[in-house]
Amino acid sequence: MDSILPLAYILIFPGFLFLAVYGLFLQWVDRKLCAVMQNRMGPPWFQGYADFIKLLAKEVIVPDASTHKTMFRVLPFFAMAAVMTAMILIPVGRTALCSFQGDMVVVIYLLTIPTVTFFLAGWSSASPYSTVGSMRVLTQLFAYEVPLMLSLIGPAILAGTWNLSEISAFYAANPAFIPAQLLGFLAALIALQGKLERMPFDIPHAKNEIVGGQFTEYSGRLLDFFLLAVDMELVVGAALVNAVFLGGSLGLAGWAGAAMFLGKTLFVTFLLALLKVLMARIRIEQMINFCWKYLAPVAMAQVAFDIFLKYKLG
Amino acid sequence: MKHPARVFSEVIKHLFKKPATSRYPFEKAYIFPNFRGRIVFDGEKCIGCQMCVRVCPSKAIEIPLSAEQPPSPAQVEGQPAVAARKKFDCIMKLDHCVYCGQCAEVCPKKALAMSQDFELASVNKADLRRHYK
Amino acid sequence: MSKITIPLGPQHPALKEPENFMLVLEGEQISGATVNLGYNHRGMEKAAEGRTYIQNLYLIERVCGICSHSHTTTYITNVEELAKAEIPQRALAIRTLFAELERVHSHLLWLGVAGYEMGFETLFMYTWRDREQVLDCLELLSGNRVHYSINTLGGVRRDISAEQKAEVLKRIKFLEERTQYYIKLATQEPTVLARTANVGKLPYDVAIERGAVGPTARASGVARDVRKDDPYLIYSQLDFNVITHNTNDVFGRLVVRALELLESYKIINQVLNNLPEGPVAVKIPMRIAPGEAVNHYEAPRGEDIHYLKSNGTDKPERLKVRAPTLANLQSVAYMLEGGWLADVPLVIAAIDPCMSCTDRAAVWNPKKGKTEVYSWEDMRKLGIEHYKRRGVDFGRL
Repeated sequence: MDSILPLAYILIFPGFLFLAVYGLFLQWVDRKLCAVMQNRMGPPWFQGYADFIKLLAKEVIVPDASTHKTMFRVLPFFAMAAVMTAMILIPVGRTALCSFQGDMVVVIYLLTIPTVTFFLAGWSSASPYSTVGSMRVLTQLFAYEVPLMLSLIGPAILAGTWNLSEISAFYAANPAFIPAQLLGFLAALIALQGKLERMPFDIPHAKNEIVGGQFTEYSGRLLDFFLLAVDMELVVGAALVNAVFLGGSLGLAGWAGAAMFLGKTLFVTFLLALLKVLMARIRIEQMINFCWKYLAPVAMAQVAFDIFLKYKLG
Repeated sequence: MKHPARVFSEVIKHLFKKPATSRYPFEKAYIFPNFRGRIVFDGEKCIGCQMCVRVCPSKAIEIPLSAEQPPSPAQVEGQPAVAARKKFDCIMKLDHCVYCGQCAEVCPKKALAMSQDFELASVNKADLRRHYK
Repeated sequence: MSKITIPLGPQHPALKEPENFMLVLEGEQISGATVNLGYNHRGMEKAAEGRTYIQNLYLIERVCGICSHSHTTTYITNVEELAKAEIPQRALAIRTLFAELERVHSHLLWLGVAGYEMGFETLFMYTWRDREQVLDCLELLSGNRVHYSINTLGGVRRDISAEQKAEVLKRIKFLEERTQYYIKLATQEPTVLARTANVGKLPYDVAIERGAVGPTARASGVARDVRKDDPYLIYSQLDFNVITHNTNDVFGRLVVRALELLESYKIINQVLNNLPEGPVAVKIPMRIAPGEAVNHYEAPRGEDIHYLKSNGTDKPERLKVRAPTLANLQSVAYMLEGGWLADVPLVIAAIDPCMSCTDRAAVWNPKKGKTEVYSWEDMRKLGIEHYKRRGVDFGRL
């Protein structure tokens, strides 16, 4: 029993199965919300699952001109594995499956891996669109990564711990600190939008400009797993923001905790969808300007405010 | 006078509105009464002048003689035989037709008219060649 | 930095119609651009020679899906000029009404396309939803949303009733409110400003030199509008302004089109409220006397020019169409150079390209029996040889 339980955690909850199912569900929620806000119908609830299954059955074409065929084939699985590993460290109920001092840094690190695989995917494809796309992936990484980390540091300083579960527990004990994190929360949401490569930061795969961007040459199963990794990243990103800024399950365990988790990730998805419909896609150099000129200082201000709070009050 | 997220209020308003999309195959689309749809043919009125055939920009109409002609009226004593009015069919090639309605307009006897029927797509090519008698 | 050449088209998500742009990239910036035409050639001008004048109406209407009324009106003005027909005022007024409804429909479509090309899908969805209103107006009046076929030799085919007039005015009032909102949205939303301001610069003198027409030219400060410069239909009796803007960029083109929408609403109201009484068409003989005619027309995209030569039969001898996009494409290469890759779709979209209007000329070699792509040198050599045979020597130039 002891050896089966961790395996079940990894494969079923909150590991692969839960992430895949919930990721595709959140993808639908996101698409439906955008559609409703744009006064459209939107897809039916099973669209994400249907797309996933259909793409699984499609032929995989590895371009002959691909620079590194093995890499081209394994990259989607790397992206997915990294995202799934990150999920194990993020608290779903009261605590994470595996938590230790410094797991927040590990999560940030693990969430960078998919981005790097996107870059490599574009780089190992032969198409010029992929090349431009992968260059944009890396450029964009340097823009949003620092504001994202900075905004996550604030609560860590406030709680005095690098452990995600403990940060959540800290909020459960002091819920008054949640509104104080508003600036950092917004900065993190916008940076997360960049990380997930969604409007207005879907520059690496802007379809009007460079067709499919880094994924132009991908097809069938391999594309499917990349897209699944992106959807899973949405869950992990929402869960991370939830744990760091919204207090996770607020100390509730069991069903109440799970409901809290679902409700809050849905709320974060709503905010992300809102960001998506409000803006036009900006250019890559405008994004870098924006992230360094406005987003990073905002995150820094939040950190300074948290330090002030910590030593003045706590 | 920049106004970030200018569309915000409109977007939120639409969260509580019904989508503008018409649920077309499930709900009938509203068609204006003078819509130019499939051409309908009245064989009783046609005199076979072939005006429509000549004017059609896409050669979609043929007006052949009907296979069955009405019998000649019985000859009246002392008068020359009156030939029966010839009867004509109409073959409409729906895949050629551009639905301009020029044929209906030039028809001197108004034997051709435009209907509001627009659901004409078919996977069977034979359906697209309508033979009106 | 090494240069890469990226093909944009003939199949590309940013282009609604097949056309090819070869872009030389240095990183994200464009150091050179070439425009290659001819992917959408349908042989329309040749086809027009084999049809009667009345059949040609429906062919010319299909030169372009959006400016269907513009092309037929220009064509029919030529025919009527050759036939020396006197067209009733009411018919001219109805043609003007359709011209302006078409402009509304085209500019609203453009606003949506611009939103889509800059990744602002909400704007795209909203404008296209509201555009349905004007399409409904057109269907209500003519019986079809896109190919109105309202023109006929000697007038128009359908009259406008009082109920139709009220219905159209109601919808135009709604559209006017919405357009005011879109103008606010497009000029105040920072991301839209970021994407359009200083993008695709076309200075005044370059616009003149490259012969830009329509809103593209007007956004560079060139006050050129056939409706004012050489009034046709009943434009001389109407009160409207020529909109110009002096920012020379995509933002200027957006503003010009948006404000032109308001002018169009004004014109539609004037025309509908002062419809002259009388018949809507006169009879015109099937055979047109020999002669030549040239006419121009302010289509939504710019100046549209038609040339028609008749030879006394019921079919034209030669028809030539110069669509506005062809005039504007010369400016696109200029606007693209030095810009960002991200701006390419928007810059191309900003002239409101209509490739199917443009591509009616193709190069093919009948001697060898196969398709050949001529280089510039080949074309030049061919031209020099052609004129040499006629006794003119351009070789020394």
